[in-house]
Amino acid sequence: MNDIDLSKYEFSGHGSEQIEDLNRMADKEKQSMMMAGFDSSEKNRSASFVLIDHDHAFCKSYDPGVEILPLGLALKIHEGLADLQWNLVNPEKDEFTRLAADHVHGGYVIRVKKGARLTAPIQSCLMMHTEKVGQNVHNIVIVEEGAEAHILSGCTTTLADQKAAHIGITEFYVEKNASLTFTMVHNWGEQVEVRPRSVGQVEAGGVFLSNYISLKPVKNLQMYPKIVMKGAGSVSRFNSVIVATEGTYMDVGNRVILDAVDTRTEIVSHAIASGGTIVARGHIQANISPTKGHLECEGLLLNNGVIHAIPELDGRAEGVELSHEAAVGKIAKEEIEYLMIRGLDEEEASSTIIRGFLNIDIMGLPPELRAELDDAIAETENSMF
Amino acid sequence: MLTIENLHVSINDTPILKGINLHIGEGETVILFGPNGSGKTTLLYTVMGIGNYEVTEGKILFNGDDITRIPAYERARKGIGMSMQRPPSIHGLKTRGLVELCAGKEPIDIESLARKVNMEKFLDRDINLGFSGGEIKRSEILQLMAQRPNFVLFDEPESGVDVENIALVGAMAKELLEGSPEPNGKHSMHELMHTRRTSGLVITHTGYILDYIAADRGHVLYNGHLCCEDNPKRILDHLQKYGYQECIRCLT
Repeated sequence: MNDIDLSKYEFSGHGSEQIEDLNRMADKEKQSMMMAGFDSSEKNRSASFVLIDHDHAFCKSYDPGVEILPLGLALKIHEGLADLQWNLVNPEKDEFTRLAADHVHGGYVIRVKKGARLTAPIQSCLMMHTEKVGQNVHNIVIVEEGAEAHILSGCTTTLADQKAAHIGITEFYVEKNASLTFTMVHNWGEQVEVRPRSVGQVEAGGVFLSNYISLKPVKNLQMYPKIVMKGAGSVSRFNSVIVATEGTYMDVGNRVILDAVDTRTEIVSHAIASGGTIVARGHIQANISPTKGHLECEGLLLNNGVIHAIPELDGRAEGVELSHEAAVGKIAKEEIEYLMIRGLDEEEASSTIIRGFLNIDIMGLPPELRAELDDAIAETENSMF
Repeated sequence: MLTIENLHVSINDTPILKGINLHIGEGETVILFGPNGSGKTTLLYTVMGIGNYEVTEGKILFNGDDITRIPAYERARKGIGMSMQRPPSIHGLKTRGLVELCAGKEPIDIESLARKVNMEKFLDRDINLGFSGGEIKRSEILQLMAQRPNFVLFDEPESGVDVENIALVGAMAKELLEGSPEPNGKHSMHELMHTRRTSGLVITHTGYILDYIAADRGHVLYNGHLCCEDNPKRILDHLQKYGYQECIRCLT
């Protein structure tokens, strides 16, 4: 793994002002937030949270079913919250968690109240604005019993060529029969180094759906979020779509622990290494039977890209059903020819296949984000030929 | 329309086709019989310009142009279309999207085309993913209806199709080859039948497709050689009675 020299970044001194009106932000900022899934017009949103460099800049809920607070304030208001912080993630895990534990800049605490079924997504944007800024974020998400929510969590830099480092801790609590869809869109730049550290737990009957999209370059990103299926009958699904262009190094995957009967998980990742490097991991550990898990990793290589797929199945009880399929290679010749006999030239055929490969229909994203991502996919595609 | 002259084709240096001569005129439909491994699919793929086949000798002319070495998409744009036996599935590419691509710049009514082949429910599914044999055939025909080629290569239109669907697939194959003219005041049926002249080269194992399409001629491809030009139904009768044994005699 490529290490990060944290001393190159400034982890203090970059406070930011409160934003009164998101609409009055600079267009460039609004645009880069939009590309990370944050709509500054806040149309059809239950709540919004923005953190810029070292301070939260905006935090508002529009739905009584959801409470959203900056971390510092939340810890003051809710006494019990401290027990949930650093409860799932071990602060001693590595130098990044230690740094975040010693010196956190903020983050969001989202609590979706018992039984609340939010129809509009909650959105958040963690933005790095200043050159050489280092940002430590700690988020806590609690979806109470029977509640249902979709969180769009975007991360971005204001400028594409900015140097920055982001450390993001997130702890997820999905309670009994609750459902959380968590969509993370990364919109980093060529000089950004990123270390998210996330752990979640899902209680009986709960559902955790995770979408991860990263289409833009990033210098060096490593994450291996872990979700523990703690309660009987809980279900999780992970869909990732990632592209690594030249200069990008990503070591990413999902780890799921099936720790109760009748739990299920499915991890599906689609990765394109177009000149960049991707280590595509996946790990399903089944401690008890009956449980079911499937791991799928599809990788396309273009322009001398590298994909190292490491799928792991770890069955610890008789009767578990674990499976995986992985395929890494160039675009299948049969698929190109199939489109060529319909009149598409080789380049048109390849780009049609790539667009399909990066298809995000299954994720259930709001239309404006889909449109934004479709544009980004078209742009990425063009860079591949 | 299509002329194949002394065509020799190899795969990985193994000769498969050993001097094929065949002419298919405008509006003509030719049926190709032959046992497994005789080179039928090789011939179709070579005409279409796909697969790992190498033409070692001879040439293919389409409307007078030598197409032996041009890429598949140029052949498609010249009006050659193909229904594949086992097309690949493509993740994220909906049937609807592919049918639109087939139509190119021509406006089409996808919904009504899909209704014809009973494929409305498949328009928003990934192409060929989890399709049954009959669904694949109907999807291939749907694509060709949008593409409107004037020469169609059919790789076993009846294979993997259940009894219920064979009539539909047969009727649609017929429509692709002959159009669906209806008499009107201006033109006689005779005239109409000659306005849209699609030719075809159809591979069949079972011959069931002959119950639906009017074929002009049949040939047997055996061990890389073309033999036995005759009425396709007569060839089929003969094959059903005697198998391909007689072909060996013919060729020696």
